[in-house]
Amino acid sequence: MKVRAQISMVLNLDKCIGCHTCSVTCKNVWTTREGVEYAWFNNVETKPGIGYPDDWESQARWKGGWERKKNGKLQPKMGGKLGVLSKIFANPHLPEIDDYYEPFTFDYEHLQKAPEMKTAPTARPRSLITGERIEKISKGPNWEEILGGEFSKRSKDYNFEKVEKEIYGQFENTFMMYLPRLCEHCLNPACVAVCPSGAIYKREEDGVVLIDQDKCRGWRMCVSGCPYKKIYYNWNTGKSEKCTLCYPRLEAGQPTVCSETCVGRIRYLGVVLYDADRIEEAASVEQETDLYQSHLDIFLDPNDPEVQEQAREDGVPEAWLEAARNSPIWKMAMEWKIAFPLHPEYRTLPMVWYVPPLSPIQSMAQAGAFGEKGAMPNVRNLRIPMQYLANLLTAGDEEPVVKALEKLIAMRSYMRSKSYEGEVDETIPGRVGMTGQEIDEMYQLMAIANYEDRFVIPTSHREYAENAYDLKGGCGFSFGEGCGEPKHAVEWTGLFAKTPSKEKA
Amino acid sequence: MANFLNQFFFGFYPYICLTVFIVGCVLRFEYGQYSWRSGSSQLLRRKQLVLGSILFHVGILIIFFGHLVGLLTPIWIFDAMGVSHGAKQLLAIVAGGFAGLMCLVGMLLLIHRRLFDARIRATSSFGDTSILLILFVQLLLGLSTIFVSLQHLDGHEMVKFMEWAQRILTFRGGAAELVAAVHPIFKAHLFLGMTIFLIFPFTRLVHILSAPVWYLNRRGYQLVRTKTTRAS
Repeated sequence: MKVRAQISMVLNLDKCIGCHTCSVTCKNVWTTREGVEYAWFNNVETKPGIGYPDDWESQARWKGGWERKKNGKLQPKMGGKLGVLSKIFANPHLPEIDDYYEPFTFDYEHLQKAPEMKTAPTARPRSLITGERIEKISKGPNWEEILGGEFSKRSKDYNFEKVEKEIYGQFENTFMMYLPRLCEHCLNPACVAVCPSGAIYKREEDGVVLIDQDKCRGWRMCVSGCPYKKIYYNWNTGKSEKCTLCYPRLEAGQPTVCSETCVGRIRYLGVVLYDADRIEEAASVEQETDLYQSHLDIFLDPNDPEVQEQAREDGVPEAWLEAARNSPIWKMAMEWKIAFPLHPEYRTLPMVWYVPPLSPIQSMAQAGAFGEKGAMPNVRNLRIPMQYLANLLTAGDEEPVVKALEKLIAMRSYMRSKSYEGEVDETIPGRVGMTGQEIDEMYQLMAIANYEDRFVIPTSHREYAENAYDLKGGCGFSFGEGCGEPKHAVEWTGLFAKTPSKEKA
Repeated sequence: MANFLNQFFFGFYPYICLTVFIVGCVLRFEYGQYSWRSGSSQLLRRKQLVLGSILFHVGILIIFFGHLVGLLTPIWIFDAMGVSHGAKQLLAIVAGGFAGLMCLVGMLLLIHRRLFDARIRATSSFGDTSILLILFVQLLLGLSTIFVSLQHLDGHEMVKFMEWAQRILTFRGGAAELVAAVHPIFKAHLFLGMTIFLIFPFTRLVHILSAPVWYLNRRGYQLVRTKTTRAS
């Protein structure tokens, strides 16, 4: 057993209102620079839909994640090491920028400077890459917002597998949900595995997966290797970039920008302890539907004295152990089992988990939910098909998702009986295998969601003795081009300096 | 004067180029590593890149290693192996010609893409475009030496170049005299070749030095780094 700690995230999709505040604040902090205008370290997708970039979930197309070979060993879906290297001159599985969208701006100045005209002046779009006019924007961030576009296109969604999807194209049967996505900071990251330069690594202390900007040579294998398509190639600097889990904030004990600014309070951050020796074993179980369980199995109980002792031996600081004991992630993933990994079948053991959303019941009469006091509707009557959620969260196994949703409904019924009907129905918790006290606790964390309950981040890394001498005269976080505003990557070469693509007037 | 120019370009210039190459690369690696990358533009335009880049790279790698082995292997090794100078030259012409054509097709695709694709043109630096054109000229010069070589198939010209390169790299005198009388196309090819070394540290070519072959040797797949040295 080798105990490692990871800062992990849970998103309660039941409360996501799709406001994109997380995406916008993330963008403002991290990706407003030239070359990554098209990149969203955090984006919110409306499901069902093919997502961003196109069809990212289809690994038959993009070859992300891992595959289990016949001998039980794991290998990146792109191929073994030789296979990866053979794609170095031209990577057949690399998305083109049009698979995301061509970044654009508008001729806002024209609104002010236009001469007197019969019609009102308009601000027409212009490409941010070439500076040329775009006649018609055919794609942009969040293109499928709230079921935008035809069902025939959106329904190419990979999660419709084994779902009779035709009926969901009809207006009265339609359903939707939001899926905020960011880097999963996986325990078995495929991006790290396929980076030939060795520039991508997982931090031992907190599990954050980072790209060393100095060591990245722009071979762009990671873009393909990541099944979540959460690594972006900066076309200006020629380096790949990704979500950093806002590590400069984490180190100061603050939540990530996306979590901090989430108005729906759907995000939770906390420490999870896991057994680093069993990562490979957990990621290579034969059945894809067993991956959720095998992932849970390598999490270690922070209250177990044996685990604590081993953790101390492996250098996990006391503050981190305490944070692990109070971790909201542990409660939701392990104790209540209401949070699930996103697409465990990619075998990367992702560490950003999701609480599945409830949805309106299809038919009130059929569900028989009303009239009877304390009765709970059958979750299979919810608008979002169970198979769809299961394809998203448990590699197709409906059972865990059903149980989780039942708990969420039970929480509502129980609290309703308690606070509204004035008559506590103590039979409700038992029906979902919980106690009233547990439900109260769940309610506190999920519904009230106080700041200090949502974000249990060890406030300091002081336990990790840092050699401050190396940091002397440094400029904190930078993009590798010295301090201050990011400049052009190759500016220092003078004669061969890169000329930035200028917006044409 | 002609003598001096010959001495300068084929006796001194190689050392200027090699010095700038080595010192420049070390300095750039030390002080500007953020700019050390392949500079791929595949994300912006896939069209023409897949075929163009593969043909170009495979072709130029064969050419590069052909030059490396062909020029720097002492001639007595070939003699000992019983490979006649004429046979070696024929091998160089055939293999080099084949790889050169591959490279030529790839390069034409890449140049067309770089000059005429709006996205690629807009995001290309002066260095990106010029190094591509310089390599193209060098390739054309290289290919045209084949026609000169076909005039003398006994390999004695080739041996001159081997001797020249080996003398330069082993700091022996008399290198420039060896190539004083060769065809101007060869001289131009040599000069441009050395110039490529000269500008190498200032271009995207530096990615060649980072060819990640050692990836094949990585134990397992995962990399974990610790942020700090742990306090005990």
